[in-house]
Amino acid sequence: MAEPMQLCNISENNFEQCTKCSICTTVCPVAAVTTDYPGPKQAGPDGERYRLKDPAYYDKMLKLCLNCKRCEVACPSNVHIADIIQRARMQASVGKHASLRDTMLASTDLLGTMATLVAPVTNATLGLKPVKLVMDSVMAIDKHRTFPAYSGTKFETWYKRHAASSQGAYPHHVSYFHGCYVNYNFPRLGQDLVKVMNAVGYGVHLLAKEQCCGVALIANGLYKQARRQGRVNAASIRQAVNAEHRTVLTTSSSCTFNLRDEYPSILDIDTSDVRDGIMLATRFLYNLVDEGSIKLIFKQDYKRRIAYHTACHMQRMGWQLYSIEMLRMIPGLDLQVLEQECCGISGTYGFKKENYERSQAIGSVLFKHIADAQVEAVATDCETCKWQIEMSTGLPVENPISILADALDVEATRKANGL
Amino acid sequence: MVTNDIYNKEYDVIIVGGGATGAGTARDCALRGLSVLLVERNDYSTGATGRNHGLMHSGARYAVTDGESASECISENMILRRIARHCVEETDGLFITLPEDDLQYQQTFVDACQRAGIRADIIDPAEARRIEPAVNPSLIGAVRVPDASIDPFRLTVANLLDARMHGAETLNHHEVEGLIINQNRVEGVKLLSKRDGRHVEVRGRVVVNACGIWGQRIAQMAGAKISMFPARGALLIFGHRVNNMVINRCRKPANADILVPDDTVCVIGTTSDHIPIETVDDMRVTREEVDVLLKEGVKIAPSLATTRIIRAYAGVRPLVASDDDPSGRSISRGIVCLDHAKRDDIEGFITITGGKMMTYRLMGEIATNAVCAKLGNTAPCVTAAQPLPGSEEGGPSQSDLTKRYSFGERAAIGRHGSLAARIEKDNDIDNALVCECEGVTVGEIKYAVHQLHVHNLVNLRRRTRVGMGTCQGKLCSCRAASLLGEINHDVKGAQEDLAAFLDERWKGMRPVAWGDTLREAQLTAHIYEGLCGLDKVVDLQGKEDAQ
Repeated sequence: MAEPMQLCNISENNFEQCTKCSICTTVCPVAAVTTDYPGPKQAGPDGERYRLKDPAYYDKMLKLCLNCKRCEVACPSNVHIADIIQRARMQASVGKHASLRDTMLASTDLLGTMATLVAPVTNATLGLKPVKLVMDSVMAIDKHRTFPAYSGTKFETWYKRHAASSQGAYPHHVSYFHGCYVNYNFPRLGQDLVKVMNAVGYGVHLLAKEQCCGVALIANGLYKQARRQGRVNAASIRQAVNAEHRTVLTTSSSCTFNLRDEYPSILDIDTSDVRDGIMLATRFLYNLVDEGSIKLIFKQDYKRRIAYHTACHMQRMGWQLYSIEMLRMIPGLDLQVLEQECCGISGTYGFKKENYERSQAIGSVLFKHIADAQVEAVATDCETCKWQIEMSTGLPVENPISILADALDVEATRKANGL
Repeated sequence: MVTNDIYNKEYDVIIVGGGATGAGTARDCALRGLSVLLVERNDYSTGATGRNHGLMHSGARYAVTDGESASECISENMILRRIARHCVEETDGLFITLPEDDLQYQQTFVDACQRAGIRADIIDPAEARRIEPAVNPSLIGAVRVPDASIDPFRLTVANLLDARMHGAETLNHHEVEGLIINQNRVEGVKLLSKRDGRHVEVRGRVVVNACGIWGQRIAQMAGAKISMFPARGALLIFGHRVNNMVINRCRKPANADILVPDDTVCVIGTTSDHIPIETVDDMRVTREEVDVLLKEGVKIAPSLATTRIIRAYAGVRPLVASDDDPSGRSISRGIVCLDHAKRDDIEGFITITGGKMMTYRLMGEIATNAVCAKLGNTAPCVTAAQPLPGSEEGGPSQSDLTKRYSFGERAAIGRHGSLAARIEKDNDIDNALVCECEGVTVGEIKYAVHQLHVHNLVNLRRRTRVGMGTCQGKLCSCRAASLLGEINHDVKGAQEDLAAFLDERWKGMRPVAWGDTLREAQLTAHIYEGLCGLDKVVDLQGKEDAQ
């Protein structure tokens, strides 16, 4: 039999499937605000042909890419445009060192551990005007930015002290990849998750070993370290999913996307065997409610008007539906779903002085929509969107899980679920 | 519009044919101080020059069968690396032995290369896989040779530019309808301007026939008979490079045994079929040719089986029967220079043919020597030493390129070498990309229109690579047509040009129109016909029928 030929075209990240329709460029938040960035089509599949000829054709403007993945969502040909750009950046970074600033921004674990020990001092110091000015001029971290406050107690510490011992008693079990933000800055979100899961009969367990998922490391070019941490996480997740048969829940859309999709595509860590076992908590809960295995009872007097912002990586996964529908189950919640726009922060991107103005320009459309929505708070599944929206609109931003925890009648729910 | 000055002058030499050979001859003649007119019936490098592999042979391919051609190749190869740096990419090449081939041939091959003066190093198959990961991993032998990749469009334009800098005149879209013959002497050419339909006569003391396969017809006009044996070869262009070295099969030359990385693409070829001379203008590629090219191509680089093919094209080699054997049994691939005074008793007429794009410079030198002998000019040939415009020493280094230039600028430097400095880039408009696949800016288009004889989009494509990328003109052609329309103050003309250009692009896609290439073509059709109604504005079919 003749060898099958030309039955399909195969190329890395499908770059050859691009038909140059340019839809990606029309949805690129960066290309919309600056002519310096050539846009995803040219930075991705077009540039790739030249880079295959000679890596010297790498365009340093590719650094302006937010990796928001909106291009990939828009692409009708399934070209992994942002992955192509990330890969090209990775290739270009070989043999180069990340700057002190970028290393600092990316090293969430190291910084978090140190800062948590001296949280009040750190928080006060990072908030001081002279310190901000020094960071602005010396480190090129924009002075408008405020670092998220560090918590005095890590989530992991709280969990071990107050939650660990009681989790075994529940009939069902999940694991929790809390991420750096919950651990060092905002343990409350983790506590909210434990509260909600416990109320519906699920014990929450930490992973054997969790390190920062590496999303900030990737964005700042520290690929080796990202890969190292990724392998540790992959092993822990594998143990939870395959050995302990526990779904690994998350509360951050960016961590989730990174674990599920960037590990294989950027870091070459194969997570295909456990990919379906990594899930955002809202999706997990929605599915349980939908199939009738759990019931949620909400407070009678709960009344709020909140806007939901779909984080870019959330949209890439197509999971905003779960968070939105989950929130819509709360009777007293008037939910305004915002049109999907990028907030402009993209993790550490917006912290960098050279990106500040662009970052705010990108977010301006979203900020206007939020102002028009006349809400008391914004809900989103991404912590960096939260910082950006809080800074830029003055409104509080909450994770859907926290809103759920707040609205939930815990006792009634426990009863309804036979606890 | 061509001024009457050009038509009314009498030239030392008129060169017919704007391929590499004609351009090389024009350059050489001009550098030796002759007054030169070059005429071309279509665009420069429309014929065999623009329809080959873009391979700068080391000569290794001919080493076993034709030692003389092999020696010519390696000598010209080394010269072109110096004088045409910006047209050449020094890739090196591999001659691979597959399990189905005879490994004994490798030694025969290497010995023949050494006799011809071609460096040929036997390397370990594992080493070959390391330096060229695209190669068929089951290879059992490999030889490394100094093959390279060359852009024949750029090369031809650079020769023409230099000729013009030294006083030569060049006219494209001027067809020779007949020769001015006085008794037994050719005294000039009768031209039809395809730009404005005028018929004119231009006088020259010597006429050089450098028309490749079409040279037989020009010779007939003078009353001379040359027996040409057109050998047709078809090739396929893939959407991106799979290989960064030229890959050949180490065996007797056969179908589809060379894969060449050319700029952003790679090209597999060729087939070889002798065809009747009457059919040399039919460049359509058949399904059988595509099948053969693919079937053999995947043996060289297996990934070709799943790589998108963006185009198919064919060219005709101008093989010439030697004068002592007009039957064609012993066909030479070597250079043939005929002084028709000696051969046919026709004065003032020289034919330069045979040869290869690779040896165009040497052909130019030989032809110019013959012209100079007739005119009593004793100036020496300097084309082997003097760099072509764009290839002068002291261009930007590779690291400069990455640090200091934008994508479009770098692509332009790749195409025009040091001449890229003439491209305007002082404002956002000039820096805006017209062709995003190939990185062609508005500034580069303007430069090409004003300096490189561009009258239509096809001209523009050959000068800049506009429309040569994977979208085959979908996004760039309307932008480029708009620029041309603006420069020429001719909207209707720009619309017709746009329609013709898209049609020409489709012709090359049609033989390989499946999968992504078909999707691409359909999107293009939807945009231009469905959305913009171009087929309603311009009646292409009607135009063709009328012709």
